[in-house]
Amino acid sequence: MSIQVRTMADMMASGESPDILFWVGCAGSFDDRAKKITKALVKILNHCKVNFAVLGTEESCTGDPAKRAGNEFTFQMQALMNIELLNGYEVKKIVTACPHCFNTLKNEYPSLGGTYEVIHHTQLIQDLINTGKLTLADNGTFKGKKITFHDPCYLGRANDVYEAPRELIEKLDAALVEMKRCKTNGLCCGAGGAQMFKEAEKGNKEINIERTEDAIETSANIIATGCPFCNTMMTDGVKHFEKEEDVKVMDIAELIANAADL
Amino acid sequence: MQQLIFAVLTLLSFGLFAYNLRKIAQNIHMGLPLDRSDRNAERWRTMLLVALGQKKMFTRPIPALLHLAVYASFVITQIELIEILVDGMSGSHRFFQNGLGGFYTFMISFIEVLSVLAFIGTVAFLARRNMLKLPRLNMKELAGWPTQDANLILVFELILISFIFTMNGADEVLQTYAGNSNGFAISSWLGPILFEGKSTHTLHVLEQIGWWGHIIMVYTFMNYLPYSKHLHIFMAFPNTYYSKLEPKGQFTNMQSVTNEVKLMLDPNADPYAAPATDAAPSRFGAKDVTDLTWKNLMDAYSCTECGRCTSACPANTTGKLLSPRKIMMDTRDRMVELGDFKRKNGPDAEDGKSLLGSYITEEELWACTSCNACVQECPVNIDPLSIIMDLRRFLVMEESKVPTELTGMLTNIENNGAPWQFAPTERMNWANEE
Repeated sequence: MSIQVRTMADMMASGESPDILFWVGCAGSFDDRAKKITKALVKILNHCKVNFAVLGTEESCTGDPAKRAGNEFTFQMQALMNIELLNGYEVKKIVTACPHCFNTLKNEYPSLGGTYEVIHHTQLIQDLINTGKLTLADNGTFKGKKITFHDPCYLGRANDVYEAPRELIEKLDAALVEMKRCKTNGLCCGAGGAQMFKEAEKGNKEINIERTEDAIETSANIIATGCPFCNTMMTDGVKHFEKEEDVKVMDIAELIANAADL
Repeated sequence: MQQLIFAVLTLLSFGLFAYNLRKIAQNIHMGLPLDRSDRNAERWRTMLLVALGQKKMFTRPIPALLHLAVYASFVITQIELIEILVDGMSGSHRFFQNGLGGFYTFMISFIEVLSVLAFIGTVAFLARRNMLKLPRLNMKELAGWPTQDANLILVFELILISFIFTMNGADEVLQTYAGNSNGFAISSWLGPILFEGKSTHTLHVLEQIGWWGHIIMVYTFMNYLPYSKHLHIFMAFPNTYYSKLEPKGQFTNMQSVTNEVKLMLDPNADPYAAPATDAAPSRFGAKDVTDLTWKNLMDAYSCTECGRCTSACPANTTGKLLSPRKIMMDTRDRMVELGDFKRKNGPDAEDGKSLLGSYITEEELWACTSCNACVQECPVNIDPLSIIMDLRRFLVMEESKVPTELTGMLTNIENNGAPWQFAPTERMNWANEE
């Protein structure tokens, strides 16, 4: 079953222009787990009749991992090419489900000539619910469940977005339980700063194990995230403790899509 | 004679202090330029909240309260220093007492109460360091001088407070012998307990020891600061004023790179054109302190080595070599070393050492997840992450020293626009998959 989604090129060819661009990101495009998050978000956008488009095959890495790895050349090559594309399509507003893309597009593109209103998907979903475009079905999916939220560093500390994902969890028929390290004190999952793409340096523990312990300590049934990389790290952490049966790692978009019967 | 000794001592102390401040300013100016002259109102507010109001300290309430006692006592006691200077120069005794009357009694009482709180705080700090062995205050980067420095400062503090009470206590007993009382909150009962029954002569000597001891400790303290981590009591103010106000996730875009990349992408660019003559930066990223900005260097002088950054660092807490506090300590040590070397051997002299290599290793840099926990934690808004990133940039762009797996990731981005090996044509496949 394929999913209904239009590209910028397609829209432009028929003389239309979308209200918002969905920046899918590399993880959301290629990683099997993250693709499910992408589809959950698209279902929500379609259900709410949001006039959106994706770049499709024209999209390219924002350059974030290159920049954090210290390669400013590769980052700026990517950034300048993306900005040319985005400006060519006269993009004004962007939503993304990846906090790394979010941070780079929002904060690092403007001084290179790409200024857009950039929001994280949890902020968009929050807005859809607040304006009545999205209502959650009373289907009892999460009744009696405990959910903890793992703050992605590039959403939380990096950009001070702490409340949007939490408000969404509170809209579910579930209890939000906080880890001992949360919000500004949230512990990294271990993937940031290009660590996702390399082995960790020598130490006595993996960071994602340390973080998964925090989450398991809350005895939550679901670890909610808002970042495809955090999702990978926490999923691996849960596997490490052989808790896959008891603890699910899910993106906020997936939780909401489930609760809205999409 | 006493006045002369006092005047000479005062001049020497302030002179030496000014000389050392100038060295500090020179060292900070070794850094690269950075414009932080914008958003003045926001900067003042940040300084008032974070430095004066110690807002970020209060995420840990108990040390925050102890620190507040020591800090408030330090700040308020400086008012008394005005009188000490006047008395010392003119030979008067408690110059402001008669003129100010009840307000004087209140002020000195206030200082005395704060001094007692500071004494308690200082003892608690010593206990935390040396008896409770708080992990973040007993890490390996603190071995040797940093630990001595921390204890020395606390001991100075105790001696200083003891002198204040010796002075006020002896003075109080002298007053009672004449049927009066200064009426200060603490010394009016502590004085008699300590010195009741001593002869007038002994009391005069004690009072003089207290007075001279106090001022000598103040001058010692002042001139010790430039060599100590304790310099944060001054640097916290400019350092928070010049805080990074952009979102923490926003890293700098290197202008030198933008110029080159734009040339590469511009089909009309003349590949044989001579580079612009004002093409200043000879180096991408940072190898030494002179490649960092002045704010990075000011950060290093502002660090009091409390280790909140390191205790929040995901790399450090999982046993990796990286410690953001060590990054700041290394930066300061290297800056002082290079500054002294350049003052001795001329501004262009090289000593063959560098921050990266001689102080900080690649392994430390590659352990960072850029999560900003260290930046968030710092009570005086130091940004260790910006130094880590600039050193990484040098490693990658100047020396091509990249961990192998990252080379693959970078090549993928350059070749197929994703950190993994997927063709751009496959980017939309998700829409047609189940």
